[in-house]
Amino acid sequence: MSVAELICPAGTPSALRTAVDAGADAVYCGFQNATNARNFPGLNFTPQELEEAVAYAHGRGAKVLLALNTYPPAGRTALWREAAEIGARVGVDAVIVADMGVADHIARAHPGIRLHLSVQAAASSPEAIRYYCAHFGVKRVVLPRILTIAEIRQIRKEIPCEIETFIFGNHGLMVEGRCSLTSYLTGQSTNMDGVCSPASHVEYVRHEDGAMTSRLAGFAIDRFGPDEKAGYPTICKGRYNAPHRPEGYYAFEEPISLNLAPMLHQLIEAGVHAFKIEGRQRSKSYVRTVVSAFRKAVDEIRAGRRADLDGLVALTEGRKQTQGAFATKKWR
Amino acid sequence: MTKLTLGPIAYHWPPERRRDFYARIADEAAVDEVYLGEVICSKRAPFHEPDLPETIERLRRAGKTVILSTLAEVMLVRERKATAELASLEAPEIEINNAAGLFARGRRPHRIGPFMNAYNEATIAWMASQGATHVCLPVELPGPAVAVAAGAARALGMGVEAQVFGRASLAVSARCYHARAHGRTKDNCRHVCEEDPDGMPLRTTDDRPILRVNGIQTQSESYLALIDEIPELVAAGVTHLRLMPQAVDMAAAANLFRALLDARLSAAEAEARLREICGDAPLSNGFYHGKAGYRRIARAPAA
Repeated sequence: MSVAELICPAGTPSALRTAVDAGADAVYCGFQNATNARNFPGLNFTPQELEEAVAYAHGRGAKVLLALNTYPPAGRTALWREAAEIGARVGVDAVIVADMGVADHIARAHPGIRLHLSVQAAASSPEAIRYYCAHFGVKRVVLPRILTIAEIRQIRKEIPCEIETFIFGNHGLMVEGRCSLTSYLTGQSTNMDGVCSPASHVEYVRHEDGAMTSRLAGFAIDRFGPDEKAGYPTICKGRYNAPHRPEGYYAFEEPISLNLAPMLHQLIEAGVHAFKIEGRQRSKSYVRTVVSAFRKAVDEIRAGRRADLDGLVALTEGRKQTQGAFATKKWR
Repeated sequence: MTKLTLGPIAYHWPPERRRDFYARIADEAAVDEVYLGEVICSKRAPFHEPDLPETIERLRRAGKTVILSTLAEVMLVRERKATAELASLEAPEIEINNAAGLFARGRRPHRIGPFMNAYNEATIAWMASQGATHVCLPVELPGPAVAVAAGAARALGMGVEAQVFGRASLAVSARCYHARAHGRTKDNCRHVCEEDPDGMPLRTTDDRPILRVNGIQTQSESYLALIDEIPELVAAGVTHLRLMPQAVDMAAAANLFRALLDARLSAAEAEARLREICGDAPLSNGFYHGKAGYRRIARAPAA
């Protein structure tokens, strides 16, 4: 049985402390700029804060993983190199990368740093993963959320590195690192700027009949009845019309959360080394609740006991849940 | 001299349509290089692969260079196998769109496709060190970054390609959205994407066209069209301009871009003619100008 580390999100220094206190084996975080894929206002760390966070986590036996998982546009690579330099200086335990140029730089300039391959690199086959292991010494791959457990088990047999999978939180639909939907509608790029459906471009428009439309950069993304709770306008969770679906439908996916709580045991058996909880943009109390619940569940499974999963299922706050691609190929 | 290329067909056009299309390209279109092969969905490949040798031969006899493109998403056994097979070819040249292809190709010469995320000079230098001879830049890369990337690639002796026409690829997924629209899944799709030779249009709930679905791929509603920008691209070191096949008169579109490159046609005339060729499809150039991709930024008139 694999170790099943619990990897938890930290959007702020206080969220990081909360995650560590709640039992995270490792936390992942990023700087306040385009070098990471959650470059949202009010989130992330200054170099000084990262240094303090590393001290806090290490003092309590937890690791800190630095997300440098965006793609620098030509002419701006210095920002990513500086971020790697700071990460090395303050002693982060690993850097999570996607761009080959960034990976190559870190492998050569900071050979002591452990590299993890971000989900943003979209490595979904043993060959792709082995490419990054062979050339950049990647020690762990974060798998795209598009594989079944059977496929993960097979991949594990064919690669020389550890596997990390998302188990809870946002359910990414598109192959990460290959999505320019936000860039197309807003001019801010997920790959280059670390932005996805940015709040600065969001508006909610109330209609006379009480209905509400959520918009991104002026495009209607979803429409809600007077009694419905309006969701955030993420492009790939929007409602659109198509020739065969004139009534409007969720063309890509419904607003839904990933929750693999019922599958933790199978994932461990498949050889998954680390479980990742999504949500660097979420509140401290959310982090505390989710991390504590998964800590308990993972510990029970590791002790050979049945985990009480009801609490985990309730965590999605009434939102619809899915096991996405992990359970069945029919998801595709 | 700047070359014009025709990218791989993104859609599931039936074999006969493809044969006719490439016959016309061979005879009438002023493109120098043509990319063939299925890039989007491995379920489509069996339909048109049997015609591939003849198409390659037809295009070669017409003086076109042929390059085979690999799948953008590689996950299933058949996709891994198809990628490895292409990567083992000595000729024609191959364009790789997934790291699985890079792994299989090793250091033998290859081109880097637009799905490989060659965003910057460091990545391009790495790729060149591993045998890449040519790079197609990501479609969302803004002008200043295109210039730096192209300069770096030229300095390494590489060809540099940028898309100047056709719908932009905005996303790929493991899920087939064509199948989903018809209440099916990818495994029982019955190749319903064949119904939409220029992608399936999605409109917002207030009826504004927004995106196109092409199987597992999501594309822009607008046709990307760089016209005024071409002198700048060429000056920056871009050696190849890519036209993506759409369900319009592609030979006419290609000849228009050739005339523009040869200064036989002004930018204003080219845009007017392109609008005629493209019918109702909106044209866009926002990505190049660092704006929302769907937008059309008018060049300020010369003072």
